[in-house]
Amino acid sequence: MSKLTSQRLVWPVAVLVALLVANLMANHSFLSITLQDGNLFGPLVDILRRAAPIVLVALGMSLVIATRGIDLSVGAVAAISGSWASMHIVSSSDRTSVGVVLVAVVVALVMAVVAGLFNGLLVSVLGIQPIVATLVLMTAGRGLAQVITNEKILYPDNTPGYKLIGGGYLIGVPFSILVAGAIFALTAALTRQTALGTLIESVGVNPEASRLAGIRATRIILVVYVFSGFCAGLAGLMLTSNSTSADPNSIGLFIELDAILAVVIGGTSLTGGRFSLWGTLIGAFIIETMNSFVVIAISPRSTDVFKAGVVVVVCLLQSPKARRWFGGVVRRPTGRRTPPPTVSPTAPDTAPLSVPAISVPALDGDHTQDLETRTS
Amino acid sequence: MSTTADTHPGRRPLSRVLGRLGGYSQVATTVVLLAIMLTVGATLYQNFTSPQALVDLLGKNAFLIPLAVGMTFVILSGGIDLSVGAVMALGSVIAATLLQQGWSAPAVIVAVLLTGTVLGTLVGTVISKFEIQPFIATLAAMFLARGLCLVITDRSITIKDALFRKVNLAHLNLFEAQVTNVRGRTRTVDVYTTPSVLIALGLVLVAFAVLHYTHFGRTVYAVGGSEPSASLMGLAVDRTKVMVYAISGFCAGLSGLLFSFYTASGDPVAGIGYELNAIAAVVIGGTLLSGGAGYVFGSVLGVLTLGTIYAYKEFDGNLNTGWTRILIGGLVLFFIVLQRVIASRRWAR
Repeated sequence: MSKLTSQRLVWPVAVLVALLVANLMANHSFLSITLQDGNLFGPLVDILRRAAPIVLVALGMSLVIATRGIDLSVGAVAAISGSWASMHIVSSSDRTSVGVVLVAVVVALVMAVVAGLFNGLLVSVLGIQPIVATLVLMTAGRGLAQVITNEKILYPDNTPGYKLIGGGYLIGVPFSILVAGAIFALTAALTRQTALGTLIESVGVNPEASRLAGIRATRIILVVYVFSGFCAGLAGLMLTSNSTSADPNSIGLFIELDAILAVVIGGTSLTGGRFSLWGTLIGAFIIETMNSFVVIAISPRSTDVFKAGVVVVVCLLQSPKARRWFGGVVRRPTGRRTPPPTVSPTAPDTAPLSVPAISVPALDGDHTQDLETRTS
Repeated sequence: MSTTADTHPGRRPLSRVLGRLGGYSQVATTVVLLAIMLTVGATLYQNFTSPQALVDLLGKNAFLIPLAVGMTFVILSGGIDLSVGAVMALGSVIAATLLQQGWSAPAVIVAVLLTGTVLGTLVGTVISKFEIQPFIATLAAMFLARGLCLVITDRSITIKDALFRKVNLAHLNLFEAQVTNVRGRTRTVDVYTTPSVLIALGLVLVAFAVLHYTHFGRTVYAVGGSEPSASLMGLAVDRTKVMVYAISGFCAGLSGLLFSFYTASGDPVAGIGYELNAIAAVVIGGTLLSGGAGYVFGSVLGVLTLGTIYAYKEFDGNLNTGWTRILIGGLVLFFIVLQRVIASRRWAR
């Protein structure tokens, strides 16, 4: 098992190292870390700090994806929580008061948890496909953020207490890195030191079988969406407190895609059933390191093209079919290369390419469907 | 695939009939909803349902129709396409850039449609050949298309081409109507539409014919209904999937053209979030998100519904844009829960 894990993490780590080397070649002072006024500064620290919100969102996303789900609403949830906190601080009479910031943060996080609960209920109780269920909040959530801020761009940055979350320092280390690290450690402990991780994975492998084995699949699914909402809310606070402005239209825009990308790069399969928190962490670092490299060495405008390339390469590496295809490309693969005996009688009649379509994931869909209808 | 595949093993003819009725009842729900929304609009705002305003529901959202049509094909087949908004923007940017470099308008139109189709074909091939989830493959395509837009240009390019301007400004008079203005004066005006609307509606008719009267169209429904069954029936599942994404790419390219007609520009950041609008239109139009059931005309109704929501915002300047998004989200929620109820009743038989 440990061999398998190490194998899974080899590629992401290699990519990360390669990107770090590339960055070093583009910017020779890349690895320098300086201490100013007792605080750490340097390109690497910047990367870690910018990666903190992505790490948070990706942690929640990892667990959601492990249950064979997906949460598209995280960006919108980040916008809701960030907008509410900023609005509360900006509209309060005493911005410097710790109480105001505390209330802003707590209420914003509660809203994020409620949003997660909403997603979780749609997926687990009503049995709606996760993509669709979270699409609702992805659309409506940003609208809600706009309504909260009254379509204004807010400037909560001159509030010292709030600034701490995303841009401040504690014992010399950026506070956001500490928060993301703490949540990471907590998640790792909860999922790997207790049975929770195994339960989540079993729900992802086969919800019906897990239910029969006595696992409360509904409750577990609910919990992971709530956790994802909480992480997104925290990320929203970080994003608004670190930037000088809070625009409901742009807080956490596309962070869901970055988070999914981080999870996928980290080796967690989108078909659910297993997850790697370390992989997710490395995935998030890869994304930020790549961003910084593209911005320094090429042009900020081509970031998206690079991301597209990364997604394609990572997915092809993960896809067993692609690996087989590339491995056997010389021998011209045909449908006969996939050996399921149940379909072989029809194989000669069909176009060679159509046979592999009968694959395990497609059939697994039945089980999900089964469970969804039963629970609804 | 597993997230989008809705398979019905052992579905009986009776339940299939019920399924059909379920599909129609959803379209009927959409019609009723649209009527209610228009009535509400008419009571709140003057001239909300004037003939011109009604025609403009299509006119102002003509570029959304091809997106919704393409998305209908994809969703019917059990997939999803997140790249359409970005491909639309890419289409408009390519059109504007090539026109700027002196290409002739017809050549530009062919180039844009070809770009969309090729991109869609690539995505479809990756999805069917390497079994990569549609969600993630089209996500990559979205990054790619948006990235290419920004590589080509980081600012909006104005289109000065004669043909594009002509299409943009052309008014096709439909009929005359009596309109009462704010001061209570009544006069007769020509109600007009634009060539873009005709192109979009033409596409809808073609899509309808393809879906309901061709072998390919029936295969799309079959693949969406149950991929393993379709495969066991000897249908060309993989080819159909590639075709579906190619069609979606073509439609996104066409929509890019309509968008550049409409705005007389190519904008690299246009259409962010339009994939959601397209998906919303399809869902509101009663197409089952798990694939296999739905109508392309429903998606047009969906676009009209979105258009009505945007019209609220247009008629009421004080309305927070957030409410339009919340309303769209609420409608999508309503329809997916409705689908769920119908689906579970169908399962209970």
